[in-house]
Order: sequence, then C-alpha cells, then structure tokens
Amino acid sequence: MFPYLRLGPFLLQMPLLALVIGFWIGATFIEREAARLGLNKEKINNLIGYGLVGGILGARLVYAAQYASVYLANPLGLFSLSTSTFSPVGGFVIGIAAAALYGYRQKLPLRQTLDALTPGLSFFMIAIGASHLLSGNAYGAPSRVPWAMYLWSDYRHPSQLYEIFLALVIFTVVLPKMIPANAPGARFVQFVALIAVARVFLEAFRGDSILWLDGYRAAQVMGLVVLIGCMVLLRQWERTGQHESILK
Amino acid sequence: MTWALVLGMIWTVTSRVSSTQPQAQPGAVAKEGFSAPDFTLDLLGGGKVTLSDLRGKVVLVNFWTSWCPPCRLEMPAIEKTYRSYKELGFVVIGLNLTAQDSERAVAEFVKEIGVTFPIALDRDNEVGNLYRNTALPTSFFIDRNGVIRSVIVGGPMSEALIQSKVEELLREGE
Repeated sequence: MFPYLRLGPFLLQMPLLALVIGFWIGATFIEREAARLGLNKEKINNLIGYGLVGGILGARLVYAAQYASVYLANPLGLFSLSTSTFSPVGGFVIGIAAAALYGYRQKLPLRQTLDALTPGLSFFMIAIGASHLLSGNAYGAPSRVPWAMYLWSDYRHPSQLYEIFLALVIFTVVLPKMIPANAPGARFVQFVALIAVARVFLEAFRGDSILWLDGYRAAQVMGLVVLIGCMVLLRQWERTGQHESILK
Repeated sequence: MTWALVLGMIWTVTSRVSSTQPQAQPGAVAKEGFSAPDFTLDLLGGGKVTLSDLRGKVVLVNFWTSWCPPCRLEMPAIEKTYRSYKELGFVVIGLNLTAQDSERAVAEFVKEIGVTFPIALDRDNEVGNLYRNTALPTSFFIDRNGVIRSVIVGGPMSEALIQSKVEELLREGE
C-alpha cells in the first residue's frame, strides 16, 4: 500500500496516478486497434475524450445535485480538485452517454467501435487493480492462507493482487485469441462476459462486499446478470446468422 | 460460456455470507468502513474529549497544525459548517498535532479565526500515529455509529465538500 507520494508541498495521489497511466496506455492500445479495424483514429480519440470529459463533469454534477442546497450556496465547490466529491455511477452513466452521442453523430459503427475499445479497456482493468493495491481499497477478507498479507489490522486475502493477476491473464492471454473477424462486436461482448466471470470469482475473497438479502454479494449477483446478458446477446447474433458460434 | 454461468452460480451460492457470520469484522482502524480508533485528549483551554463519548453524533476529526497553510485555509469553512449544523448533532474535533506545533501558536490562531469547536492537543503524537497521519491536513468524517465513512487527505477542503459530507451522514440518522 502506497497511497501518497509527497513532492515538496504537493501530495501526489498514487492510486489516481495509476489510473491516469492506465488510461493513457489504454488509449494507445485503442488507437492501434482502431487503425487495425480501419476506423478513423481521430474520431475514436475524440470519442474517448468526450467520454472522459463527460464522465468527470457528470460525476461532479450528479454529486452536486445530491446536495443541491450546499452547492447553490457555494457554487465554487463545483471546481474543487477533490475526488471525494464525485459520483462514480453518475460519471459512468454520463461519460458513456457523452461518448455514445458523439459516436452516433459521427456515424461511427457501434460494434466495430466497441471492438476497438476492448484492448484499452482490458488494460485499464489492470490499472484499476494497481490503484486498489496502492490505496488499500477493495481489500480482502480475513484469511490465514500462507500468502495472506497484513492489511488494516488483519491478515487478509491479497484480493488486489488476485484482481491484477486475472486482469493480466485476460489482457495478455485470453484477449489476443478472441478475434472473430466475421463477428463485429463479439469481441467486446466476450470481454465484458470475461470481466463479469472474474468479478463473480474474485468477489468471494473480498472483505468489503456489499451484501444483499440472505448474504449474497451484490457484485456477484450483478456479475451473473451481466454474464447472462452477454450470453443472450451472443446467442441472438448467432441465431440471426451474424457470426459463427462463439458460445461453445 | 454456459459452464462459466453454472459454475458462477454455484460459486455465488457457496461463497455467500451466512447471516450469523458478518462479512467484515472491522476492528478500529483509520480507514473508511472501519470503526474510528478511540482516543482521549486534553482540550485547549481545559477539559478532555473522548471520541467514543460522541457516539450518536456525526463527528469530523480534523488533523491540523498552525503552521500548515492548507490547514489554516480550511479552518473558517470548518467553523462555518460547525455553526450551521451543530444543533443537528454535528461535532468537530480540531485535532492539533501539538508535538509538531506550539500551544501558544495554536491559541493565537484559534482566537484569530474565532474557532468555537473543541481543539484537542495531541502532545505526544499518539493519536497522529494511531490514525497513521502522513499528511496535513487530514479529515475523518465519522458517522453516528462511530464508523469512518470518508477520509480527506490534503486540503484545503471546500465548504461544499465539508457540508455535503456532513449532510450525507446527518441524513442517515433521520
């Protein structure tokens, strides 16, 4: 765990740095893939930019909307550099909406565009794991396994290392093999399915899971729902003859 | 992919947390989601404060020193928020790292700003170590159950940030 690096009067947030580096390297993978798929690189870059800016603005505005009276009285608070006044869900939804709107207006082919984004997103998943490792967030459940690490006053599953390992496996081993050239969009859907499977598996080792009724872990249930959604979509494409079977 | 779904379902059921076994058993650690480590400190001007005595209230523990510029900058916003919300059950402990400061400078600064919330004096840096304080200012927002819900490292915090965090925790008790 290495959450901060002091540089004179400045405090560098290492988890945030990991995300920024992950985003930057991920964007280069996306650019390369876009070129390989014959997409307009500039438009894909703009799409990422719109998504990023929309995400940041959306995260702050949705958070401010939740405390409207506070922000109406102190509007300058909207420009705070603190990441603790962001709504992650709001940022995610508005970021995707902004990117989708740009893609629609620029007539970018949806499935090919999603395929082009896949390697970059996959790399970004590694960065998210690294960010968790640096911050000590997404920590593991107490455990006495020989490889347990001491964190937050207990020996715990190194859940962040598991997360990085699986993300690396998906990025370096699985992803390069998923190139169904005759099935635009399938690569992205398969990637989402893989992430969902990884989440279902990894969540069992987490010590900070949100629990739903009867002790079910919310992330696992959501992961299964996403997996089923991916399977339905791929099955539908298969039935309509849009690509060869990739479900087997 | 079907096998992954079946295995995933089995794994989800077998790894669920039974109702008799809490998913996490947070000890007292200076981290979001854990109980705030308890402490008792002398107050500037006399008296003592014990964190656990404030259970049932929303508490902001703000680590600061008088020589730290962002600490000084955010203090008026903290004071303003304290005055606005104290009747609703909000308490601030201005936790001065006195081992790195001087009580005289602390008293002068508190008077200059017109701080009305309690200023606790950590003369041996015991609480600073307990909370693994590595940067100034650092603020811990603690809910009515004594659980740390948000940690802000660095500053200055904006008034909107402080108020939104306090409002969020106060709403939970309604």
